[in-house]
Amino acid sequence: MSEEILALEVRHVTKRFPGVIANDDVSFTLRKGEIHALLGENGAGKSTLMNVVYGLYSQDEGEFLVNNKVVEINGPSDAINYGIGMVHQHFMLVPVFSVTENMILGSEVTKGSSLDLRRARREILEISKAYGLEVDPDAIVEDIPVGVQQRVEILKALYRKASILVLDEPTAVLTPQEAEDLFRVMRQLTETGVSIIFITHKLKEVLNVADRITVMRRGKVVGHTTPQETDQKGLAAMMVGRDVLLQVEKTPAKPGEIVLEVENLSIEDERGLDVVKNISFEVRTGEILGIAGVQGNGQTELVEAITGLRDVDSGRVTLADEVIPFKKPRYLVEHGMGHIPEDRHKHGLVLPYDLADNLVLCTYYQQPFAEKMLIRNQQAVLENAFGLLERFDVRAPGPEVKASTLSGGNQQKVIIGREFSRPLKVLVANQPTRGLDVGSIEYIHKEIIKMRDEGVGVLVISAELDEILSLADRIAVMYRGEIVAVVDAKDTSREELGLWMAGAQPEKM
Amino acid sequence: MQTTTTLPAPVSPWKRFLKQWGMTLGIVLSVVVIIIWQYSLNENITEAVLASTIRQSTPLVLGALCGLLGERSAVINIGIEGQMLLGAFIGFLVNVWTGNLLLAVFAAIITGAIMGLLLAYMSVTLKMDQIIGGTVINILALGLTGYFYQVGLTTNGKLQPIPLGPLADIPIVGPALFNNPPITYATFVLVILVHYILFYTKWGLRTRAVGEHPRAADTLGINVFKVRYVNVIIGGAIAGLAGAFLTLEAVGSFERNMTNGRGFVALAVMIFGKFTPLGAWGAALLFGFASAMQTQLQFAGINVPHQFIGILPYVLTIVVLAGFVGRTHVPAADGVPYEKE
Repeated sequence: MSEEILALEVRHVTKRFPGVIANDDVSFTLRKGEIHALLGENGAGKSTLMNVVYGLYSQDEGEFLVNNKVVEINGPSDAINYGIGMVHQHFMLVPVFSVTENMILGSEVTKGSSLDLRRARREILEISKAYGLEVDPDAIVEDIPVGVQQRVEILKALYRKASILVLDEPTAVLTPQEAEDLFRVMRQLTETGVSIIFITHKLKEVLNVADRITVMRRGKVVGHTTPQETDQKGLAAMMVGRDVLLQVEKTPAKPGEIVLEVENLSIEDERGLDVVKNISFEVRTGEILGIAGVQGNGQTELVEAITGLRDVDSGRVTLADEVIPFKKPRYLVEHGMGHIPEDRHKHGLVLPYDLADNLVLCTYYQQPFAEKMLIRNQQAVLENAFGLLERFDVRAPGPEVKASTLSGGNQQKVIIGREFSRPLKVLVANQPTRGLDVGSIEYIHKEIIKMRDEGVGVLVISAELDEILSLADRIAVMYRGEIVAVVDAKDTSREELGLWMAGAQPEKM
Repeated sequence: MQTTTTLPAPVSPWKRFLKQWGMTLGIVLSVVVIIIWQYSLNENITEAVLASTIRQSTPLVLGALCGLLGERSAVINIGIEGQMLLGAFIGFLVNVWTGNLLLAVFAAIITGAIMGLLLAYMSVTLKMDQIIGGTVINILALGLTGYFYQVGLTTNGKLQPIPLGPLADIPIVGPALFNNPPITYATFVLVILVHYILFYTKWGLRTRAVGEHPRAADTLGINVFKVRYVNVIIGGAIAGLAGAFLTLEAVGSFERNMTNGRGFVALAVMIFGKFTPLGAWGAALLFGFASAMQTQLQFAGINVPHQFIGILPYVLTIVVLAGFVGRTHVPAADGVPYEKE
């Protein structure tokens, strides 16, 4: 049998960062025209490995082969020359540039000393047509939806004649429909001879599109498999190293009296658009109300208003029979409101602070952390930290490390530890597991359900239908600033919710 | 199925045009009206005002070019003042020693470039706070020039106006535009050249990309550090030229702190001009015009304390900046050092 020509082969690559081994003797092969999924939890080293392949990092040991020949990759331009293209998780597009300018950046076409934008535009239209990826070359990137931005990223790689395409968590920012679109494009690309490395931690997607699967855990390759040989449970176990509950178990809710009531809330945003339009709902003790909706339909502003971060134009919010003042977060903290914010880096943690300080952000001025409202009691702050880090299973070297050094899952556990350490009446969790791996998702879902069972009223906002379906007792769907439907979780289906999220009107209200 | 993408409400093209250009148009119109009105009263004064406008605006627009080359590649340069001042001083000294004006201008440019290199080293390589880096340069320049300055030295001649044939005889604008010394002409050329480079060439595209999203540029094989170094050094050279203008073309001698805040006004001019060379030129001309009018008003003997008239250009800067800054797009990565890993 003649030797197969491989698109890419990674041999024994090791990459160390100070204090950690991000990739430990990693090897894998990419066949021509296949979709090879690289599966692993966050921090397993998938992105690091691909950044090494793409030349953004340099490996400490190991080598790469492209078309069975050893190649030296010292920077992205080398990788591009060998036909490797990468679509990063956070898009590498200049928001204020046009699609054309973004596409040609670094490989500009010129006429004399000037850029030849007209020729570039024509070339872009040609490849866009050839691959069936429609884009408007004159659109400004920040004005186009993320799904289209991703298309621009893929075209950017193809424009540079990439035959190996690395997609790093491409579905994280997409709606379910956009993700389906992407999978179609991926299959189409493999037919034209492009080989794809698909990085993800979403099991369903892997089984859906991959030809072969390589699973990584803690910087090492723990196994290779194919979708035919395995299922979600098997993959999850490989990924995490133990059996994982993909859907947390929960008992039926025992709703009590109303603890959070939102009445006729309307919010205008900074640009003067009505982002929340006359919304009303209530949350009872001991139940979880899930708000489903595609991101950007007013959820962010709604949550900011409820949690004291934003003023409203009209309406009121009642917390345990008291009307709350807006823009008074401390009032809410002292009256039993817990908040897991959407953006844990911006609003959840003070990243340059250590964990101990982050854990007392809401209570630092109270006994026992501050004596006579003034002097800090470091001993109490540290004891509090030790206790919470252990109770909430935060994997960190100690309370004195900076919050920025933790993985996303552990950062989220720190936030949960802080919020849950106070007596709560209401918990507002906005996208509580965004970007987290299955192990952390399982843990956080369990904790939220535990809160509910202790009699807290929980409001969960999520764009992930899976999350809403596995947590919520009742589900409200938000679309363009309005709640278009409220249903009991038992009486609905993914398909129905998906339609409402996309703007279809429910038959009865 | 098409999912939700909230599009902004459509705005009529006329409204958009007005929003974008309305204020600029308004300012240009009012300046033109003032000039015509004045010309009807006294043509000599008008010609003097216009010539003075050009003279006042030259160091400002050069300083603004220096600033915007840096900021377009994400290096904030508040050391323009110092780069200008040291350029002015070294240019002056070289002229005093050698008597050669061309050599002196060249020395000023090199001095500015070296100061640019220093700023680039501090902010790109050492990743220092760029405001502190710029302040270092300002203090350094003020200290060095103050220490080495000797009273009583004068230059060996000044750069003289070169009338451009019949163009210089055009009424009103002729003397102001076509009868200027070399650095002023060079400024006209530089504004156009930098504008062209920034918006129509490969280098400009890369510069702007580095200022907006350096990592994106890096992933496409662009050397972020190199782009920033080159832009900041060229900017420094232009600031040095502005210094040469002060000592070798405008005044003919050096005084302590002779830049007198022009480097900072240049920053305001740059912002007012929306980080574009042509915009900065317009802003510098407006400021120059206000300064020129201010001088004329003082001569006119209006019964207002001269200090109040003297603040006119600065008040104008503040008003215009306050009205504009909110709508200016600042390069997204401005002031942020780039970390590779």
